[in-house]
Amino acid sequence: MGLKIERNPAPVWFRPLIPLLAIALTFAITSTLVLLVKANPLQAYYYFLAEPLSSRVSIIEVLVKSTPLLLTGAAVTFAFVGGFWNIGAEGQLLAGATAATAIGLQMDGVSPLIALPLMIAGGFAAGMAWVLIPALMRVKLAIDEVVTTLLLNSVALLGVSALLNGPWRDPISQWPQSPEIAASAMFPKLIPRSRLHLGFVLAIVIIVVMWFVLSRTAFGLRMRAVGMSPDAARFAGIKVERTLLISALASGGIAGLAGVSEVAGIHFHLIDAISGGNGYTGIIVATLGGLNPWGAGLAALFIGVIDTGSQSVSRALGVPVYLGDVILATLLLVTLAMLLLQRYRVSWSRE
Amino acid sequence: MTPPSIAVEMRGITKRFGSLVANDQVDFTLGRGQIHALLGENGAGKTTLMRILYGLYSADEGDIAVDGQPASIRAPRDAIALGIGMVTQHFALVPPLSVTENVVLGHNLGVRLKLEDAHRRVAEAAARYGVEVEPRALVRDLSVGERQRVEILKALYRDARVLILDEPTAVLAPQEVDQLFEGLRRLRADGLSVVFISHKLREVMNITDHVTVLRGGQVAGVVQTSATTPAEMARMMVGRTTFGMPSLDEASAARSAAQPVLRLESVGALDNKGLAALKGVTFDVYEGEIMGLAGVSGNGQSELAQVLQGTRACTAGRIIVVDQDVSGADPERIMKAGVGRIPEDRHASVVPEMTVAQNMALEHLGEFTSNGSLDRHKIRQHAEKLIAEYQIKAKPDDRIRTLSGGNMQKVILARVMERNPRVIIVSQPTRGLDIGATEYVRSRLLEQRRRGAAILLISEDLDEILELSDRVAVIYEGQIQGILPRTEADPERLGLLMAGAETSQETPHGPQDRA
Repeated sequence: MGLKIERNPAPVWFRPLIPLLAIALTFAITSTLVLLVKANPLQAYYYFLAEPLSSRVSIIEVLVKSTPLLLTGAAVTFAFVGGFWNIGAEGQLLAGATAATAIGLQMDGVSPLIALPLMIAGGFAAGMAWVLIPALMRVKLAIDEVVTTLLLNSVALLGVSALLNGPWRDPISQWPQSPEIAASAMFPKLIPRSRLHLGFVLAIVIIVVMWFVLSRTAFGLRMRAVGMSPDAARFAGIKVERTLLISALASGGIAGLAGVSEVAGIHFHLIDAISGGNGYTGIIVATLGGLNPWGAGLAALFIGVIDTGSQSVSRALGVPVYLGDVILATLLLVTLAMLLLQRYRVSWSRE
Repeated sequence: MTPPSIAVEMRGITKRFGSLVANDQVDFTLGRGQIHALLGENGAGKTTLMRILYGLYSADEGDIAVDGQPASIRAPRDAIALGIGMVTQHFALVPPLSVTENVVLGHNLGVRLKLEDAHRRVAEAAARYGVEVEPRALVRDLSVGERQRVEILKALYRDARVLILDEPTAVLAPQEVDQLFEGLRRLRADGLSVVFISHKLREVMNITDHVTVLRGGQVAGVVQTSATTPAEMARMMVGRTTFGMPSLDEASAARSAAQPVLRLESVGALDNKGLAALKGVTFDVYEGEIMGLAGVSGNGQSELAQVLQGTRACTAGRIIVVDQDVSGADPERIMKAGVGRIPEDRHASVVPEMTVAQNMALEHLGEFTSNGSLDRHKIRQHAEKLIAEYQIKAKPDDRIRTLSGGNMQKVILARVMERNPRVIIVSQPTRGLDIGATEYVRSRLLEQRRRGAAILLISEDLDEILELSDRVAVIYEGQIQGILPRTEADPERLGLLMAGAETSQETPHGPQDRA
C-alpha cells in the first residue's frame, strides 16, 4: 500500500473547472479565519461575492476598483508571456502617476483633446523609462530582472515621497500631496455622478489590443516563442534581445497607464498611496488569468468584486477588511498549486 | 532453486501506459558474467523493461528475481541495494561538481565529506575498473564520452554487479567505443553482468554473448550471439528480411563541373568556456555533394555547426555561401543566403509548447502575414501540405512536444527542405531515431544531394558518414585533420585521423581531386 504520484495530465474537460475549484478550496481554507471572529462563513462569502453585484452602485464600484488592476494585470501578463519577469509594475505605475501629475499641473486652459492624449502618452513613456534600466541590464548583461524591477519599486515610492514632501507639497493644506491637476486633464466620467471614468475604457482597449497582438500578429508569435524557448527562437532567426526589450517596455508603459488612470480618474492629485499595491496585485491577476489577456480581464474583475466585498463584509459582520487580502493571497497559492498538480495524478497502489 | 549462474530473471513483465502496452509478458534472463544485448527499434520496449528493473517504473504484472531471490524493486535505491546500476542516455550528472563529487553523491558518506579521501578512493576505483577519468575535473568540462565513463564509475563505485547501459555508443566515436568495449570485457571477466541496450547490430555482434530481441513490446527472439547473424537479428527486430540503406548514386558523384557553394576559410570560434574550439577550419562543399564531418565528440563539431547556423560568433576567417560572405551573420541572414539548418539539438530548434503549424511557419512569419495580422488559414494549409508531403504523424494543431523524435525531426526536415536550400548544415540527423525514421531521413538527404544541394553532414555515427558522404573530413581538436574521398575513407584510416594520429597529405579541395 502506498501513495503513488504519476505524471499524468488532467483530462481536457477538467481544466475549465480548475479556477472554480480553486475558489471553492480557497473559501474552505479561509472560512476558518471567519469562524475565528465568530462570524458565519456563508454569510461572509455572500457579502464577499454576491453583495457587490447586487446593486448598480456597487457594480460600478467593482469596475472602478478593477480599472487599475486590468492595466497592471495586462502589463504583467504581457511581460511574462514574453519571458520578461517584470515584478516592477508597482514602480512603473508610480512613475506613470508622477508623469501624469507633472503634465496635469501644467494643463490649465488647454483643451482636454490635447491634455488627455498628453497625459496618456506621458504616463506610458514614464512607465517605459522606469523599466528601461532593468530591461537593458537583462538584455545586455544577463542580470536577473526579478531583482532589479522589484528593487526599483522602492526607489519609485521614495521618489514620490520626496516630491510630495518637497517641491510638490500642497501649498495650502501642507499635506504631503500634490496640488490638484487642471480640470481639463481629468478623465471624463463614463456615468454621471459616479467614480467610473475613461480609464476603464482605456483598460479594455489595452486588453483587446494585447489579445490581438499576442494571438494574431507575427510579432506576438515571435514574442511567445522568445518567452517559451529563447534558444529555439534565436535559432529561428528571431531577434531575441530586441523582442525582450519591446515586451518589457510595453509592459512598463501599460503599468504606467494604471498610474495615469488613478491620478486623472480618481484622485486628481498625487499621493504616496496612489497605487495601494495595485502593481503587486497585477502579478496575482496575471497568474490567475493564466497569462491570457481575457483571463487577466476576468481575474481583475473578480478581484474587484472581492475588494469591494471586503468593505461590505467588514461593515456588516465586523470581519477585518484585511480578510480580503488574505483571501486573494490564498487564492493565488491555491491556483498555483492546482496548476502544478493538474499535471500529476495521485493514486493508491496496492502491492 | 534458480541456479546461481543467473543474475537477474524477469518473468511475464507487462507495463501499460494508458492504452499503450510498452511491455507485454516479457521474459528476460541475464546470466552472471555475461553481456546480454537488448535489441530492438525505438519504441520496442527495451528502455521500459530496464527502467522497471532499475525501479524507475513499476511493472503492472510480472516478477523479478535477483540472484535467485524474489526482489521487490520500487525505486532506484532498491535496485542499487541489490547491486544494479544503470547508465541512461541522458546522464544524471551535476555539471558544476567534480567527478569525485558526482561519484560519491547519494552515497552514504557520513556527515563530513572528506574530499581528499574521496578523490583518492575514486581514483583507485577508476584504476581498478580501468575507467580513465580525472577525479578532480569538473563534469561540465568533460566530453560526452568522459561523462559516460563517470556514470559507469558511479555505478561500479556503488558495488553494482549488474550494469544496464542504455544505448551507450550513441554518443561515442570509434576509439571511444573500442575503449568502452575493452572496459566491458574486463568487467565481464570480473563477473559483472551487463545489459547492453542497442539497435546497432554490428556492436551487438561484437560485444555481447546473448541477445534478446524486442519488437512492439514483445520478445521476438532470444539467441546466442555466436549462433546468429546480423541478418537474422535484423529480421527479428523489424519483422522483415531486408532494410537496405539507400546507396549512393555514383554517376552524380562523378560530376566534374561542380561549383563550391559553401567555402570555409580559416574559420575560428570559441567554445562556451572561451577557449578556442575551432582553429583555422578550411574546406569547401560543392553542389550536389555530401561532405561528411567525422570526429570524436567534443572536437569542435558542435561549435562548427553553431557557427554555420548563426548561433555562435565566428572569431576568425570567412564563411562564404555561393558569393555572399556570411561570417558572423545571424540566423536570419544565413537563412536568406540559402542555408538550411538541421541542428543537433532538436528541442532547441523548435518551440516545444507551440503547434506543428506555428513551428513550421516561425522562421518566415513575414510570408504568413497580411495587413499586419497573421494569416492563420495559410499557416494551417502550409502545415497540412508539409505533413502530407513528409509523412509526418501529427496534426497541424498538435504541440511539438507531443511528437516522437522521428516526427519532430521530420518537421524540422520539412521546414528546411521545402525552401530548396543551396546549402544544408545537418548535425546528428538520426541520433535517437529508429530504423524506419533513420532510413527516411537519410533518403531525404540523398534526395537533396541529387537536387544539387551542398550538404555538410556532421555525425558521430561513422556508419552514417560512410554510407552517405562523397568526401569525409575529419576534425580533431578544432582542426581539419584531413579530407578523404569516400573510396579511401575506410574506418581504420578515419579512426587514425580522428585520434589525431595521422594527418592526411591531401589539401582540402573539391571533387576534382578525387581518384
